Amino acid sequence: MKLNNEQIERYSRQIILREVGGKGQERLLSSKVLVIGAGGLGSPALYYLAAAGVGTLGIVDADFVDITNLQRQIIHSTSDIGKEKVISAKEKIEKINPEVRVITYNTMVNSQNIREIIRDYDFIIDGTDNFPAKFLINDACYFENKPYSHGGILRFQGQTMTYVPGSTCYRCIFNSPPPKGVVPSCSEAGIIGAMAGLLGTIQASETIKYLLSAGELLTGKLLFVDLLATEFRVIEFRKNKKCPLCGENREIFELQDYEQYVCEDIREE
Amino acid sequence: MKVIINGKEEVIEKESITMLDLLKIKKVKMIEMVTAEHNGEIVDRENFSNTPIKDGDIIEFLYYMGGG
Repeated sequence: MKLNNEQIERYSRQIILREVGGKGQERLLSSKVLVIGAGGLGSPALYYLAAAGVGTLGIVDADFVDITNLQRQIIHSTSDIGKEKVISAKEKIEKINPEVRVITYNTMVNSQNIREIIRDYDFIIDGTDNFPAKFLINDACYFENKPYSHGGILRFQGQTMTYVPGSTCYRCIFNSPPPKGVVPSCSEAGIIGAMAGLLGTIQASETIKYLLSAGELLTGKLLFVDLLATEFRVIEFRKNKKCPLCGENREIFELQDYEQYVCEDIREE
Repeated sequence: MKVIINGKEEVIEKESITMLDLLKIKKVKMIEMVTAEHNGEIVDRENFSNTPIKDGDIIEFLYYMGGG
């Protein structure tokens, strides 16, 4: 792939970066990234990946735009209420950058479809809002040898880590989904839109770094952000020998569907 | 003893405690919601009660965050 004049102009501000250059831009244009969840995390991630010229973007979401989404899911507008999220997102992406090919999956990922969906992509972003999906994505990426970015947010806090085959996985740290009950729903726990925007943007940046082999990824570590305290911490996590998925005594050999429940709520006090 | 919890040094007014005791001192109600890293190693939740905490230990408590 050779860059044409319009592409050189459109991407000039990143092509001048040593980490990108013409070659890097060509690599982005020929890359395929899948964003699972076109919500709070997926919105900024999709916007920045599209603007940067990631050539193919896959979007997975089974939801319709609701007025309660608009406070944080900035890829959707008031006029999109009632529309399929994947279509709403696709329309925005095409406005920002018509040369991005958008593939939509109006479905939820499950143990039956996820491996086939992710197989075609170079990098996956977890922008989902529930633990069954987060564990499913981790396991599927492990089985398919795919790199991915995990993201989770709650109130004014968020955490993100990047997985590449062989690195610390989400289960190394969190083992299995939390027990259900005792927890309010997403709408009761709440989330500040800027937190979603910040974390989804970091996920986009991790994606671009991975595609360009630039810098240092958030592998073997987790970034914890607390916007109330304006605190950013990177915590190192070695691979866990007891990880049920990638540890020495593996217990998980196939994908499983956990029961759906949304947004755990935990507070120290 | 002094320990570092989530990056901050804290003084614990007891000498012989376990990870479970520490969680109680920190008033964490739902133990099943916490992942603990002790000097760089993840501690299984069932081992919280037999993981001794010593002066100078570095501990990270992490909570599940499922929103997106």
